[in-house]
Amino acid sequence: MKLWNQYRGLIAPVLVVALLAVWPMLTGKPANRESAFTILKAIALASSLNILLGYTGYVSFGHIVFYGFGGYVGIFLLSGMGWPLWASILAGGLASGLLAFLLGSAILRLRGGYFALATIGVNEAMRAFINKFDLFGGPTGITLNFSVYKAYGGAAQALQTSFYIGAALALLALAISYLVRTSKFGLGLLAIRENEDAAEVMGIAAPWAKTWAYVLSAIVPGMIGVLFFFKNGNVEPGDAFPLHASIELLVMVMLGGQGTVLGPILGAFAYQGMRGYLVTSPVFKDIQLSVSGALLLLIVLFIPAGAIGWLRQRVPLLRRVLA
Amino acid sequence: MTSLLSLQGVSKRFGGLQALTKVSFDLPEGQILGLIGPNGAGKTTLFNAINGVYPPEEGSILFRGRDVTRFKPYEHARLGMARTHQIVQPLNELTVRENVMVGACFGHENHSLGQAARIADEVLEFVGLAVRSEQLAGSLNVAQKKRLELARALAARPHLLLLDEVLAGLNSSEIDGMVQTVLKIREQGVTILMIEHVMKVVMNVSDRIIVLDYGQQIAEGSPQEIAANQRVIEAYLGDPKLAESLMEEA
Repeated sequence: MKLWNQYRGLIAPVLVVALLAVWPMLTGKPANRESAFTILKAIALASSLNILLGYTGYVSFGHIVFYGFGGYVGIFLLSGMGWPLWASILAGGLASGLLAFLLGSAILRLRGGYFALATIGVNEAMRAFINKFDLFGGPTGITLNFSVYKAYGGAAQALQTSFYIGAALALLALAISYLVRTSKFGLGLLAIRENEDAAEVMGIAAPWAKTWAYVLSAIVPGMIGVLFFFKNGNVEPGDAFPLHASIELLVMVMLGGQGTVLGPILGAFAYQGMRGYLVTSPVFKDIQLSVSGALLLLIVLFIPAGAIGWLRQRVPLLRRVLA
Repeated sequence: MTSLLSLQGVSKRFGGLQALTKVSFDLPEGQILGLIGPNGAGKTTLFNAINGVYPPEEGSILFRGRDVTRFKPYEHARLGMARTHQIVQPLNELTVRENVMVGACFGHENHSLGQAARIADEVLEFVGLAVRSEQLAGSLNVAQKKRLELARALAARPHLLLLDEVLAGLNSSEIDGMVQTVLKIREQGVTILMIEHVMKVVMNVSDRIIVLDYGQQIAEGSPQEIAANQRVIEAYLGDPKLAESLMEEA
């Protein structure tokens, strides 16, 4: 019973990811697997961003930099150094974590809007740097040799394996998000979000806590980057550091409910569903991003707590199950 | 008597404004030291200098025998210093219990979440907020928020408690309740430095009083000495008869 109480907030999130993981197998259509992968990737990225945005209260407009940087490092190791996929994924995650640590020590001293501006700068600076960095292929990036997939049973099998690794990474992101949310460290982050000065007076070493929140929010995106570009077969600066993807992540987290474990999952789901409709609709296909922008505006104005936050406020009973 | 807190020549300047000029005092363990003075005299600035929010430019601060002059606020908290704010600083979107747990988790006793929850419940009972523990802190009224400030500070089980006008904005029955609470805290052996404008309370509960005016320490002594001090009457108390009547009430 105690175990149930302790982990019941995890039930709904894990269920969503598990269903996504088995859905393509049940329906047997490869197209469904691609849709499911896109949603799992969005869940992993949004849940990671939520640690910084939702728990700590720092808006990062450039979170995709960790996806791109980790992806580049992993693909370089895989392709140039002949590392196996699992080791490259780990290395990509660690590289992004290290980048976040170094960046965090420098820019987390900024507060509010200044931090958000700095994160945009970081993403653009990284894109420009990689564009000139010959080791990573400069503007043309790195293309994987087709023979790489042989070790994973050919291209088709490699795609299947990538899908399951994607599901595992989404679960990992959830687990990190949940553990942070329910830990003492997480309580400290929430206190920083509410009032950083008061938090420091109560003994929370804010610079340290913020830096580690940033690192934790960067690791899974780095790993997802490696996996995505492995599956994709190549990586180039434009695909690795798309600023609009950072903003889409913000929309997902805000839509579902920042600061909750389930919120970003729901947001990722809803946003990807909406996006799927918009890009195929003849009316909206060219203004898909404008719709996202308008949606973000509406959320901020009318339901700043997001869907889950709104439900928690209205229906107190749900607080027990919606973490 | 060993002193828990000792200030030597502490000065603080904001641009052209000399906010504190060479403030020095010793606060022995277990005592209540009252800090009074007109608005803008530098009382809250002195608190900010003591707990590291605005470290002083000159002078030194010793806390439990250590030089903490350049310490950050969270380092002070970890050494066992806790404070309340004149303008309440609740963590609005967290529950009352979570607010208090933060105090217990990150104070010098460094409790786990489970222990912190137990301490929070005890402290909330003590300050009379137990029935509100599941409410969001933002939904409390001013008097309750003042109590929450106090509860958070107490949950850290501090060696030194800095109270910044915990009575301001309370009505007279709320003041009586809060004074009883402060006296109970003192009985537990916590040393207290308090800023207060409600004179009969300061005169009543303080062992000693320091008076600040324009950042200068113009007097220091027992409540009786302060009430009879000519400079203090001119700068702050105003009317000598009022001073006398305050002493009688006390």
